[in-house]
Amino acid sequence: MALDVARIRQDFPILQQQINGHPLVYLDNAATTQKPRQVIQALVDYYEQYNANVHRGIHALAERATEAYEGARAKVARLIGSPSPDQVVFTRNGTEGLNMVAYGWARRRLKPGDVIICSALEHHSNLVPWQQTARETGAVVKYIDLLPDGTLNQESYDRLLDEGNVKLVAFSVASNVLGTINPVTEMVAKAHRAGAKVVLDAVQAVPHMPVDVKEWDADWIVASGHKMLGPTGTGFLWGKMDLLEEMEPTYFGGSMISEVHLSGAKWAKVPAKFEAGTPNIADVIALGVAVDYLTELGMENVHEHEKALTEYAWERLSSVEGVRLFGPREPRTGLISFDVDGIHPHDLSAVLNAEGIAIRVGHHCAQPLMEFLDVPATNRASFYIYNTPQEIDRLVEALYHAKEFFGYVA
Amino acid sequence: MSLEAQHPVNLNALYQEVILDHFKRPRNKGTVENPVVKKHLHNPTCGDDVEVQVSIGPDGRIDQVKWQGRGCSISMASASMMSQALRGKTLEEAKAFIQSFFAMMKSEPGDYRSLGEIQALQGVSKFPVRIKCATLAWHCLEEGLKEQGGGSASGS
Repeated sequence: MALDVARIRQDFPILQQQINGHPLVYLDNAATTQKPRQVIQALVDYYEQYNANVHRGIHALAERATEAYEGARAKVARLIGSPSPDQVVFTRNGTEGLNMVAYGWARRRLKPGDVIICSALEHHSNLVPWQQTARETGAVVKYIDLLPDGTLNQESYDRLLDEGNVKLVAFSVASNVLGTINPVTEMVAKAHRAGAKVVLDAVQAVPHMPVDVKEWDADWIVASGHKMLGPTGTGFLWGKMDLLEEMEPTYFGGSMISEVHLSGAKWAKVPAKFEAGTPNIADVIALGVAVDYLTELGMENVHEHEKALTEYAWERLSSVEGVRLFGPREPRTGLISFDVDGIHPHDLSAVLNAEGIAIRVGHHCAQPLMEFLDVPATNRASFYIYNTPQEIDRLVEALYHAKEFFGYVA
Repeated sequence: MSLEAQHPVNLNALYQEVILDHFKRPRNKGTVENPVVKKHLHNPTCGDDVEVQVSIGPDGRIDQVKWQGRGCSISMASASMMSQALRGKTLEEAKAFIQSFFAMMKSEPGDYRSLGEIQALQGVSKFPVRIKCATLAWHCLEEGLKEQGGGSASGS
């Protein structure tokens, strides 16, 4: 079912403004999405009506806060098809979830000579923690090669698995630079056959498509809340229960214990074990409301909407002379990275900004991929539920203005 | 529709005519013979990089400043303007000139007429994320001069 974009846009106060005399066109959704007023209102309601600490206290406010906080966990669990809400651990962002796996599992399990497989496609957040883990444990990180179009070379992946000793495979479901979607289920199954665990960076996937963690069968996945209509400072780690039980906590203190003696302490059950200290209650509750919003739209519809927009943008952008689009046309999520011959991304962004258009320019926290593409930076337009084909027209029109301004000659 | 009508505020302040001119027709691109300063600098946040080389004439003054690199129009134009402005200065004068440029980019009050056409970059100081672009070549030269002052004339 097609999204009712006009109605959706009414829910986003931030989209109603003018930037430099032009209606804002927000095409930087892979960096962070805007928030509907329902999510903003949830923050206000919490602070105005039931602000209290969770998991302690038996007064009315504390009970209501706890119910809402745990309710958000159940909503996230349903969104991703988790067998149990307890397998959802709230974090600050995707990066924190990956580091929790690195500290709580990998650093304790890996030995010198063990192998972590990663790829040159990854965001720094799914690269640097493994490099550091290797440094601490004596393990080595091996990287899956990229094909010329920037997709993962599956033959290279097979070879690395065949070389043996692989204990962990870490890769992204969808690339934050190229938008490409990796063959997750197949890659996870191969890793498991080789005896390795798998952690997925699903930050660019969960907000954009139906997700079923049972189907992926990965051991852990991480996602970020602010890239799916939720507040900043929210994200989650999902894991298989036996692994979450086996993992050590990253942070220690209140809330994460079952008993404490002067001689030592025992940890609380999962997920409390991983949520030391007062959690980010208000923002997590609001993330639950963001999940409600997406669930109501239907993730299949969200995906179809983005797919149609991306198809249209691909068509329009590739018709502009001097524009080069990166990555294969499909399968991809709702984003396109491109460069414009003779115009540096910073300069392009400045022209677009003068026309009220927001895109991301830079290395997108993926410097190894930039090296592979042999560009210092790219322009990235990323779409979400409130974007329209007319906004893509404005982007393309502004590209022509930029070419004129910087004296592009074909 | 004219570009002015399309871009009511930002672009003219940022991209003055002289900046676009240096971007489109960069001056002194390349390398010098027998450099006394040769320095490469990379801006990791945007992937831009620049190399600056300086040669000294028999009178002890800067004979040539040449540069090469890749980056946005602001960083390339700034390198081009710098390369012209420093010719004929002593190394000490060049250092003072660089500091004067940094002061202008930090919006410190002062008289910057001695910077000549480089004053066109003053508009960039209103765009905090672009200041690094404008100062890249200048930081590169500043570091190169420091290393040169330390006794290593060959650079790296």
